[in-house]
Amino acid sequence: MAERATNAAQAPVRLTVDGVVVEAAAGTSVAAAILNRGGAAAWHVRRSVSGSARGPLCGMGICFECRATVDGLPHVKTCQLPVRPGMEVRTDG
Amino acid sequence: MAEQRTPAATDVLVIGAGPAGIAAACTAAEAGLRVDVIDDNPAAGGQIWRGGAPQATAWLDRLARSGASLHPATSVIDVVPREAGPPAVITRAADVSVWQARTIVLATGARERFLPFPGWTLPGVVGAGGLQALVKQGLEVRGRRIVIAGTGPLLLAVAELLVARGATVVAVAEQARLSRLIRFAAALVGHPAKLVQAAGIRRAIGPVLRTGTFPLAVRPEGDAVVVTLASGPSGRERRDDIPCDVVACGFGLVPNVEIARALGCDVHAGGITVDGFGATTVSGVVAAGECTGVGGVDKSLVEGRIAGLVAAGRRDQAGPMVREQRRWRRFAAALDEAFALDRRLAGLATADTVFCRCEDVVAGRLACHRSWREAKLMTRIGMGPCQGRVCGPAAETLFGWSPEDVRPPFSPVPLGDLS
Repeated sequence: MAERATNAAQAPVRLTVDGVVVEAAAGTSVAAAILNRGGAAAWHVRRSVSGSARGPLCGMGICFECRATVDGLPHVKTCQLPVRPGMEVRTDG
Repeated sequence: MAEQRTPAATDVLVIGAGPAGIAAACTAAEAGLRVDVIDDNPAAGGQIWRGGAPQATAWLDRLARSGASLHPATSVIDVVPREAGPPAVITRAADVSVWQARTIVLATGARERFLPFPGWTLPGVVGAGGLQALVKQGLEVRGRRIVIAGTGPLLLAVAELLVARGATVVAVAEQARLSRLIRFAAALVGHPAKLVQAAGIRRAIGPVLRTGTFPLAVRPEGDAVVVTLASGPSGRERRDDIPCDVVACGFGLVPNVEIARALGCDVHAGGITVDGFGATTVSGVVAAGECTGVGGVDKSLVEGRIAGLVAAGRRDQAGPMVREQRRWRRFAAALDEAFALDRRLAGLATADTVFCRCEDVVAGRLACHRSWREAKLMTRIGMGPCQGRVCGPAAETLFGWSPEDVRPPFSPVPLGDLS
């Protein structure tokens, strides 16, 4: 469901990232919610085929560097997915 | 979200819900046509209107009233030739749909050009437009030290957004030399609104703007990174190490022509080949906006309106718009010239710099090959999920290779959906 990021009146959305509960404003992308955990470590979202650390690059669904497992579904492009209550996100970071 | 119809016949299928697609959809729907708009993002607006802007709100409201159906979070995965009319377009959202349209409007926009340099794959090194998109998606940057590097007006727009959100923009490294930018600014005199916009940004960002400056490398340091910037004439560059939290890099924009190619449309280095009315070389397929040549939102809007009129068989009403469009195409050419890439940017990657991020192919494995196709077969470059959308334009800049077409599915699809 498309949500306008400008809809600030809504209550924050609670989801888990790597088992930790995080809160995000409605309309936030999962990628932004992952990065908002803070620090450089938060930018490590996945591992490349040879095992090096990677994080979001294009922010617009082109590069696949932000992909994570969402509610058990692997390889989801998190920059094109708004947060939903109760979502379980797992990174390779 | 609009209802999904599977399979679907429609008058106009608009691919891309940025300014060009929205303008095309509104124009065609207001002329009484059945219009469906698909976009792979969760909301309409494209990259430039992500997160809202006064101009965006007006157009999005108009789209909502126009009668056009919007299908967000929907990707094109294949196209299939038909006996009559343009090819059928297969999309995927929750379900797979087959669209049979009388007219297809390609409004697929542009993406950033990334160039490989040592450290560009480190987490925290992100696209400039990429960071802008993430901030508009809710990424918090307050208190973060950010270096922006690359080329183009986008760098300044990104800097302005970051400052407004409380980040410290430590430096904006624009590879173009000041003399070129001054010439470009002089050309803006014909576009007062753009000049005012540029002047405003310049006031905010001016003190940290470094022209003729480009990134050499990024290295991790503790919980942050250090970016090395180079400036000055070739062979006598001055180097400057700058610690920061995030490095945002973008080397101009690249039109998205993959779907156009799959439909059989001719494309050239600057975008999809079109005539003055947006007609591509395939009957029933028109194109509008950045995918026909990068030139900004005003060019996109006027080309979208023209495409909508063409789809509605009202080409005769497009005269004034075609004249306006010529103006924006001249602006696009001036942009191209002002921000042409310094040749030194093609030499930043070292032998062990990752070139293809999907398959971890390093630059040193590529130089011995003669073409994109040969390199792809021998090294797997461009064979990962992005299908060369990131490394293809880089290969074009570094080696002069033209990437070949993407193959269906154009984006990864669960096996079950392919049956």
